[in-house]
Amino acid sequence: MRNVAVIIRKQLKDTLKNKTVLIQFIMFPVMTLIMENAISVPDMPELFFTKLFSVMYMGMAPLTSVASIISEEKEKNTLRVLMMANVKPWEYLAGVGIYVWMLCMAGAGIMATGLPASVIPFYLGVMAVGIAISVAMGACIGVFSPNQMVATSLFMPVMMVFSFAPMLAMFNDKIEKVAGIFYTQQLKILINQMSFDGIKPSAVLTVAVNAALALLLFFAAFRKKGLE
Amino acid sequence: MIRANAICKSFAGKQVLSGIDLDIKPGMIFGLLGPSGAGKTTLIKIITGQLGFDSGDVTVFGKNVSDLTGTDKKQIGIMMDDHGVYDRLSCTDNLKIFADIYGIPHSKIISALEEVGLKDAAKKPAMKLSKGMRARLQLARVFMVSPKILFLDEPTSGLDPMTMKYIHKLIQNRKAAGCTIFLTTHNMEEATELCDEVALLNDGKIVDRGNPSEICRRYNHRKAISIHLKTGEDIRLPDGIESADKISSLLKQGKVETIHSSEPTLETVFIELTGRKLENDAEARYA
Repeated sequence: MRNVAVIIRKQLKDTLKNKTVLIQFIMFPVMTLIMENAISVPDMPELFFTKLFSVMYMGMAPLTSVASIISEEKEKNTLRVLMMANVKPWEYLAGVGIYVWMLCMAGAGIMATGLPASVIPFYLGVMAVGIAISVAMGACIGVFSPNQMVATSLFMPVMMVFSFAPMLAMFNDKIEKVAGIFYTQQLKILINQMSFDGIKPSAVLTVAVNAALALLLFFAAFRKKGLE
Repeated sequence: MIRANAICKSFAGKQVLSGIDLDIKPGMIFGLLGPSGAGKTTLIKIITGQLGFDSGDVTVFGKNVSDLTGTDKKQIGIMMDDHGVYDRLSCTDNLKIFADIYGIPHSKIISALEEVGLKDAAKKPAMKLSKGMRARLQLARVFMVSPKILFLDEPTSGLDPMTMKYIHKLIQNRKAAGCTIFLTTHNMEEATELCDEVALLNDGKIVDRGNPSEICRRYNHRKAISIHLKTGEDIRLPDGIESADKISSLLKQGKVETIHSSEPTLETVFIELTGRKLENDAEARYA
């Protein structure tokens, strides 16, 4: 576990100096605070921006940052140095995954400041699940990509689908039907309701299948490419 | 300390290493010389357990390389040509990561930076270091662990002569401290200056091995003495007693500008053995 803690500390120091990754973590929480306080339109649903940006955040930030971090380490050969120092692949991946998950949860905590206290645990629980699935998706892309350029070309379309499909689904029924197969859409429905009441078993199944697929793809990528 | 017996390795049907034998004694600097693509880095990766091999066996610290424990591996320092540093982090933070992984007190970080002459750059981000300074930071990373065996893969490749000299001194200091050093290089002068024993690797095979001076003497077929006279004339005399009077006479007359025996260098030995030049291959790599 010591090596996992070392990786987390390393990432924390590195992220503070890495503007491209740092902006992923703070952009949506800051935008949420600004929009919720600055924009008020008649008939606009309550906490509209919090709910909308939360889903975009869970589909975008963990996925892109995990993929960027892993692919950069591969490209610059620092990952090889860690492996040579007897850091196990699982320790490295756990360190990066836990770090990104915690940082995104901190962001979710900031976004939750506008919510009623009674629903905050529910909201954070839903966000925790969504962020964890996105972390697995990002790790899958990071492990598969030999460098940052490949990672970017892979995570951009994936991130766009997961983070924007739920937003577009609000305006188009057909997109809503298609978006229903993604975990972000199902979690968005839960965040809109802010309650487990009336939750459909199919929604739970969709999230579970997405999570299983993310893990399956991750293990397939790891088996094929390792961390070399 | 390190033994390899009949190591063979092929990639996609191409034989990269063929029947490599090594016996590296504790405290020695062993140089593996060869042009780019000769198989030097592949051999290091095999000996350090980063890469499997097709046949043969390798022992390090008397153990089969596949049986090395985490503790054993912590006694091996590796500086590969392509190993990176964390660009955004300072020199100190770069070393702190590995100090924490190895369980080394942070007080050793400054002494490691001091050893490689980077104490003043301790807080500088690695991205702002010159190529030579980055190489020294990589050395500090492996020195900090106080390894018993040090693998250095072309540690001075592409560096200016001053930095090269500085790194040579650091390597010699490590040897004096009892470290066994495995060095790969295509720089013959470096090998002659640093190594107790060298092996010449070409197309995956060791074509000769031994002490650099011994190898040069062994291939001294010409046995001649070259004299450059003050008149600008060059003369070559046989390296034997029959030339003594002539040389003595020239010296007495004050006609001699320079006088040299003509032992081959490791470079000329390599060319004789393989028909290939080392530096040209290396230059081609950087072209």
